Amino acid sequence: MTIDDTALDLAASVRAGDRSAREILDAHLAAIEAREPEIHAFNLVTSEVARDAADEIDRRVAAGEDPGPLAGVPIALKDNLCTRGVATTCSSKILDGWQPPYDATVVQRLAAAGAIAVGKTNLDEFAMGSSTENSAFGPTRNPHDTSKVPGGSSGGSAASVAAGFAPVSLGSDTGGSIRQPAALCGVVGVKPTYGLVSRYGLIAFASSLDQIGPFARTVADAALVLEVIGGHDPADTTSIPQALPPVREHLDDGVAGLRVGIVSELSGEGIAPDVARRVSEAAEALAAAGAEVGEASVPAAIYGLSAYYLIAPAEASSNLARYDGVRYGLRVDATNTPDMNLRTRTEGFGDEVKRRIMLGTYALSAGYYDAYYGKAQKVRTLIIRDFAAAYEQFDVLLSPTSPTTAFALGDKTADPLTMYLNDVCTIPSNLAGDPAMSVPFGTGDDGLPVGVQVLAPAFGEVDMFRVAAVLEAAAPIGEVAR
Amino acid sequence: MSAPISRDEVAHVANLARLQLTDDELDHFTDQLGAVLEHARDVAALDTSDVPPTAHPYELTNVLRPDEVRPTLDRDEVMAQAPASEDGMFRVPPVLGEAP
Amino acid sequence: MSDTSAATLPNGWEMVIGLEVHCELSTATKLFCGCPNQFGNEPNTNVCPVCLGLPGSLPVVNASAVEYAMRLGRALHCDVHRSVFARKNYFYPDMPKDYQVSQYDLPTNVEGWLELPDGSRVGIERAHIEEDTGKSTHVGGGGRIHEAGYSLVDYNRAGVPLVEIVGKPDLRTAEAARQYVSELRAIILAVDVSDAKMEEGSMRVDANVSVRRPGEPFGTRCEIKNLNSLRSLGRAIDYEARRQIDLLEAGERIIQQTRHWDEADGRTHTLRSKEEAEDYRYFAEPDLVPLDPTEADVAAIDASIPPLPADRRRALADAAGVEPAAAAMCVERDLDGLALVAIEAGAAPDRVLTHIDNNLAVDGADRLAPALFARLVGMETGGELTATQAKTVLADMVETGRSPEEIAAERGFEAMDTGALEGIVDELIAEHSDEWASFCDGNQKVAGFFVGAVMKATKGQADGKAVTALLRQKAEA
Repeated sequence: MTIDDTALDLAASVRAGDRSAREILDAHLAAIEAREPEIHAFNLVTSEVARDAADEIDRRVAAGEDPGPLAGVPIALKDNLCTRGVATTCSSKILDGWQPPYDATVVQRLAAAGAIAVGKTNLDEFAMGSSTENSAFGPTRNPHDTSKVPGGSSGGSAASVAAGFAPVSLGSDTGGSIRQPAALCGVVGVKPTYGLVSRYGLIAFASSLDQIGPFARTVADAALVLEVIGGHDPADTTSIPQALPPVREHLDDGVAGLRVGIVSELSGEGIAPDVARRVSEAAEALAAAGAEVGEASVPAAIYGLSAYYLIAPAEASSNLARYDGVRYGLRVDATNTPDMNLRTRTEGFGDEVKRRIMLGTYALSAGYYDAYYGKAQKVRTLIIRDFAAAYEQFDVLLSPTSPTTAFALGDKTADPLTMYLNDVCTIPSNLAGDPAMSVPFGTGDDGLPVGVQVLAPAFGEVDMFRVAAVLEAAAPIGEVAR
Repeated sequence: MSAPISRDEVAHVANLARLQLTDDELDHFTDQLGAVLEHARDVAALDTSDVPPTAHPYELTNVLRPDEVRPTLDRDEVMAQAPASEDGMFRVPPVLGEAP
Repeated sequence: MSDTSAATLPNGWEMVIGLEVHCELSTATKLFCGCPNQFGNEPNTNVCPVCLGLPGSLPVVNASAVEYAMRLGRALHCDVHRSVFARKNYFYPDMPKDYQVSQYDLPTNVEGWLELPDGSRVGIERAHIEEDTGKSTHVGGGGRIHEAGYSLVDYNRAGVPLVEIVGKPDLRTAEAARQYVSELRAIILAVDVSDAKMEEGSMRVDANVSVRRPGEPFGTRCEIKNLNSLRSLGRAIDYEARRQIDLLEAGERIIQQTRHWDEADGRTHTLRSKEEAEDYRYFAEPDLVPLDPTEADVAAIDASIPPLPADRRRALADAAGVEPAAAAMCVERDLDGLALVAIEAGAAPDRVLTHIDNNLAVDGADRLAPALFARLVGMETGGELTATQAKTVLADMVETGRSPEEIAAERGFEAMDTGALEGIVDELIAEHSDEWASFCDGNQKVAGFFVGAVMKATKGQADGKAVTALLRQKAEA
C-alpha cells in the first residue's frame, strides 16, 4: 500500500510521473482519518493547504519541471516549528491561536524540495517531557499499543510515522526528544550535530541544546530528509558554515573495519534486561558485518542528567519569558501589566513548564549561579572531554536509546524525576553537541519496539548512518504499525 | 542535610518568573524541585576547579551580518496577533512604573 | 577656565559623580536584524520576527554595530577584548523578549579614559554593546506613568544598537560632569557613530551621585534618570548632592535608590528603592557566539579614527602658544583648522582665537578662507583696522566671501591717526565738563560714555582701546 512506501520510492514515482502527489497525499490523509482519533498524533491536520501544494507539484511535473528530492512526499511537522499563517502552538495554551508571520528555515527548505506538509504534530508542552502527556491538547498514544505512551517530546511526530500518517516527519531533540520517541514507536530518529540544521523558526526550549532532526521508517529516508533540511543558514548564528556530511553517498559502505564501542556507563544499571539484550545483539550484528566491537567508557556521562536538568531549565526560563500576554497568544486581563503577565503565565503554562521555569530561574539566580548553572557548564566540559577521549579509540559508540520500552500512560506523571530518568542515555549527546540516532532493533519482552542508539563525534554522521544501515539490515522494520 | 530549596525560595523564584502558586502548589513544587536539586548534588560535589565552563558545544566566533536593510513585516499581519491594540500599537494595562 | 576642581558645597562636603551614557549607534539597521534603524516612522512598521521577539526567531549581529562600538571604544582609549553577549532578564512590556541582550562580564571595550579641556582625565570602566527597548506611550493621567489608564507600545526602537559608556566615579562637580558629557559627545561625533542628541534621546545620561568628606570612602549613591539636556544634568546633580547633604547633616542616612529628575519643579523624586538588588539572572546568550577581534582588526579600527578633540586642542594650543583650555572653543566650533592655517600664515594667534571665540559663532564660518582671515588679522594688528572695524569686516567676509581689503575700502575704513582722535576727544571733554570731572575722580562708568560718544562721532572708525588709553592719559595729565 502507498502508506507503506518509503519517501524515496514516493518521490521517485512522483518525479517520474508514475504517481500523482495528490493520490499519495489522499492515501495518507485517509490513514489519518482512520486512526488519528485513537492516536492523536496531530494538533492540526492541514488537509486543504496540503491538497493545494500536492496539486501544484503535479502541475509542475506535468510541465516537465522537477519539484525536488522530496517531490510529493507527505511530511508531518512538530508543532514547535513555525509555519506561516498556520497555527503553531507548542501544545501550550499560551500560544493558542497564534499564527506565525514566517516559516522556519527547515519548513522553507522542505517546501523547496517538493515535500507536502500534512499537519502539526503533538508534543509535550514546549518540548518539555518524555511521553507527550504534557500537552495542553491531550496525550498522543503509541500506534503499537494505544495504552502506551509514544515517548516524547516529539511523540506526535514519531507516532505519525509509525502509524503511516506520513513516511517522514520532523521533530526537535533537546535531551532525547527525537531519539527516545523513535525508539518507543519503532522508527528511525536522528539528532544531527549541533549547528548542522538551522534552528531559525524552531520555538526555543534550550537554545544551546535544541536541534531539529528527521523521523523515518528507514535509515535511507532519514538521510534524505537530513540532506534537505541541513546546511548553513545565515539566519542562525550557531549554524555551522561547512558542508553537510555526505551521508547518502556512504549508506551502503558497510561497517568493515569500523571501531564500535559500547558505552559501559549507559548500558548497565537502570537499563531493562530485554533492552540491554537487544543492544548486545546489535553489537554482535555489527561485529558479524566486520566492525571491531569493544567496550567504551565515558565516565562523566553519569553526570549528564543532573547537568542537563540545570542547563536546559535555565535557558528555558529565559526563552519562555516572552510569553507575557503583550504581543501574541493568550492574555488573561488584569488591572495592571505585571498582574496581567502573572495571570497569563499562570493560566497559560502547564505544571511541567512551570516546574522547569522555576528550576531554571533558581539555577540562574544570584547566589546560586556558581553552584548550579556554572557547575553544570563545567560538567558539560567534562562530558565533552570524555567523549573526545572515547572517540580516540572508537569511530562510533553504541547504547540503548531508552532504558525501557514504551510505558503506560500515567505511569510516570506523578514523579518528575522518574520521568527525567528516561533521558539518561540520550542527554550526553546534546550536552556534547554530537550527533546520535535511534534505530529500531527488534522488540522487548512485551513485544514493543526497542531502539539502539548510535553515537558519533561532531560531523560523524557518515559513520553513524553506515552503522545504522547495517543494524537496519539485520533487524528490518519498515512497515506501518496497524 | 538541609532541603536543597525552601518553600520561601520557591515562592521567590515563582515571583521572579511571574508565576502565581497556590499554597498546595507551593508545597508540591517545593518537594519536586527539591528532588531534582537533590539529584543534582552529585554534580555540586564534583571538583571542577580547573575545568572551564562550556556555554556552547562548538566555538564559533565573529558571526556577523552586513548592515543591510531587509524587508519588515506587514503591520496589519503583526497587529492581527495582538491581544489588544490601538492606533497600530500594542495596548497594555497600566505598567505601574519605569523599567529598571 | 573651568572650575572642575573647585569645591562648591558647604561644610567641606565633596560630590562623587559617575555617569552612565547610552548612545544610539547610527547604523542603517538594528543590532540583530535587518529592520531600518530609523526614527519617526509609523509605529510598529520597522519590525520583524527578530526585533518583535517572536517565538523561533534568532538574532544575528550587525557587523557595523560592532565596528562602531569598537571605534568609540578605541577613541576612549579602551582595550578591546574578546566579548560575549549576555541576557539580562526582567519583565517589561517594551522589551519584546522580556530579556535584554547586553554584555556582562566580558564587554567589548574596557578600561579607557577621556580627557577634559583642562587636561584632566576621567576613567571609563567599560563601553558595552546592547539593544534598545521599544517605546511606551502612557494614555490618561496626563501621560504620567503612575496615573495612566493604559499604555501603548511601539517596537520600532526595539533592537536599535546602543553603546553604554560607564564612567568611573572620578567627577567632583556638576560642571565637570557637564564637561564630561560635552567631551564624550564631541568624541562620538568625531568618530561618527551617532548623532548623540540628548534632547531626542539618541544620547541618554544617567548620573550616579553621592557625597562624602574628602578622603573618606564613597557614600551611598543614588542614580538619577531623565536627564534630557546638559542643563538638566547640572541642575539635577547640584540638587541631588544638596539633598543628600541635608539628610546627612540631619543625622539621617542615604537609601540607595533610583530617582527621577523633574525639570519643572527642579527636584529629584524616588522611582524605586534598590535596597533589594535586582536579580537579572545574567547568563551568556546561547543564540550568539563571542566576538573576538584580531589585532589586525583593532589596528584597522585605530587607523579609521580621526584626530580627537583633545588632540586637536593640544595641536592648536601648541601652535598658538596657549593652554589647551584656551583652544577649546575653536575645536568645539570645528574651526581649529582655520585657526591653524591662519596662524601658520602669520596671523597673530591671540587675535585669531579671539575672533573665533567671539565673532565666528555663526553659520558659514567654516567656509571662511583661512588666507583671507589671516590677512584681516594682519590688517588689524598692523593698525589699518580697529578691532571694531575688523569685526564688521569679518562678518561681511563670512557672508560674501570677499577679501578684507575690498570690504574695508568699500566701507571707507581706515584707522584714524592719533591727532584726529585727540581733537575729537578734546572737543567732547569741553562739551561735557561735569562728566569729565566725574571721570577724573575715578568714576570708571563714565569711560563708557566717552568711548560711545567718540565712536558715534567717528562712525565707529576709532579703536575703542586707543580711546580708553587716551582718556586715561588726559585724566592723569
